[in-house]
Amino acid sequence: MSDLHQWGVAELAAAIADKKTSSVEAAQALLARARQHQNLGAYLSFNEDLTLAQAKAADARIAAGERGPLLGVPLAHKDIFVTQGFPSTAGSKMLQGYQSPFDATVVANLAKAGAVTLGKLNCDEFAMGGSNENSAYFVARNPWDTARVPGGSSGGSAVAVAARLAPAVTGTDTGGSIRQPASFCNVTGIKPTYGRCSRYGMIAFASSLDQAGPMARSAADCATLLTAMAGPDIDRDSTSLDHPAEDYSRLLGSPREGASAAQPLKGLRIGLPKEFFGEGCAPDVLAAVRGALAEYEKLGATLVDISLPRTELSIPVYYIIAPAEASSNLSRFDGVKFGHRAAQYEDLLDMYKKSRSEGFGPEVQRRIMIGTYVLSHGYYDAYYLKAQQIRRLIAQDFQDAFAQCDVIAGPAAPTTAWKIGDKTDDPVANYLADIFTLPASLAGLPGMSVPAGFGAGHLPVGLQLIGNYFQEAALLQTAHAFQQTTDWHFQSPEGF
Amino acid sequence: MSLTLSDIGRIAHLARLEMPPAEAERMLTQLNGFFDIVEQMKAVDTTGVEPLAHPTAVIDHVSLRLRPDVASEPNNREANQKSAPAVERGLFLVPKVIE
Repeated sequence: MSDLHQWGVAELAAAIADKKTSSVEAAQALLARARQHQNLGAYLSFNEDLTLAQAKAADARIAAGERGPLLGVPLAHKDIFVTQGFPSTAGSKMLQGYQSPFDATVVANLAKAGAVTLGKLNCDEFAMGGSNENSAYFVARNPWDTARVPGGSSGGSAVAVAARLAPAVTGTDTGGSIRQPASFCNVTGIKPTYGRCSRYGMIAFASSLDQAGPMARSAADCATLLTAMAGPDIDRDSTSLDHPAEDYSRLLGSPREGASAAQPLKGLRIGLPKEFFGEGCAPDVLAAVRGALAEYEKLGATLVDISLPRTELSIPVYYIIAPAEASSNLSRFDGVKFGHRAAQYEDLLDMYKKSRSEGFGPEVQRRIMIGTYVLSHGYYDAYYLKAQQIRRLIAQDFQDAFAQCDVIAGPAAPTTAWKIGDKTDDPVANYLADIFTLPASLAGLPGMSVPAGFGAGHLPVGLQLIGNYFQEAALLQTAHAFQQTTDWHFQSPEGF
Repeated sequence: MSLTLSDIGRIAHLARLEMPPAEAERMLTQLNGFFDIVEQMKAVDTTGVEPLAHPTAVIDHVSLRLRPDVASEPNNREANQKSAPAVERGLFLVPKVIE
């Protein structure tokens, strides 16, 4: 079973169920491989004893006759989910060595389904960033070109899937943190409707935007994970949607209503926002996206020109709202109850200030400063409130667009992966690079990135698909149909 | 609008961050660079637009739930304090506040 790292979730689950391999054997092989490729910086921590104990328990469930699409399958979690038995750091020195007394709901849901935890994955500190360079520990490297960033903030997650260090992983998306790294690393990822996955135990960044989702090698594997991860968590997350759990795989492989197997997407109207296809997008990215859209036409879809007129505004709106909420959420780090405390200080106030300045990295401090300012006396109305009002207009723009189309498509990011270090001195340049993922985040809509081909230098390009609220199953069906006739998502970087 | 160094000092204090002068200078440049792109928000007419907090409220009423005010978690003090920087007899230790 020397090649089991090449298998996706479905193949691995089937092989384990058929006793061609065991969960223990799969976990051991993947742990060894993850360690062998630790130069990529994908993982922040392991707990081999715990991983193998979980795998052994899964094998026992299988021996007792139990079956399940994730039973015995090793996965890894973004280190933003608190996880018992592993350090939960959010990629920050503030939480170095922090041991959570409980599991995040998403972690617990996957464990219940029999998934095994391989380790915790690198990310930008507190999920703030789009390159993984803001990790307080080490950068993660893009396996397609190790001199380049994997994207972020779920950068370690994308690297783990792309380099075959885990068949699938969890990520979180506040302003594009699943979709953009998926795009940079040739991975499939979905951010569901805000409120589908519980935020309980997801270390908070911006509470009105944070949403968990899976990243994997295919839309089908993403659907399997999302089905296990999502669902109402009424008592523990006040923003969790009170919608019954769904089988997100239910539409996979079947043609749309009224369509045929030859043209399974007949009748599907794909809206192309003109703001996503202009000068702001690199030509090599546009060419790959156009190629993918041509494939969609062959599958029966029709392309419709639409407009999301406030796309550019989503940058200031997001970078007011997210830091405002972050500054509030991160006020809990006071050096008292958990987290870093400075070694030397004069009094309580000095302890707060020193602990926080030592514990938080530069980007986190920048966002705390922005957030504190826009929420301070006399500025709230001009910034936070105004941003929330424009947020409603942006969300309404999407509803107007969905009157003309069923799905919205465009690039997930304006460029392919950039070189490590290229943007580190210019925070605003990093913010501008989020332009195509922010609108759907602000509107709380489900969004995906699907491998769509390659740009200059053979760097991956992701096609972003955005659906209306609660349309995850249809979105995954749309992505899956594309993956049935293309093989971009199967391609792996040389040497992996 | 442009922030000044004294604004940076005031905000850093509110945020409970220590900010040495060299860092404050850099922060000032970066924050002013950022607020340049925020300017475009001013031109948007938002008269009568209700702020959006929970995104799906744009299509449907969303009410944030309250739960009954009863203890729902078991006492887990030891595990909860395991990662605390300073604990004595089950209490969190802080520097002396009252003389």
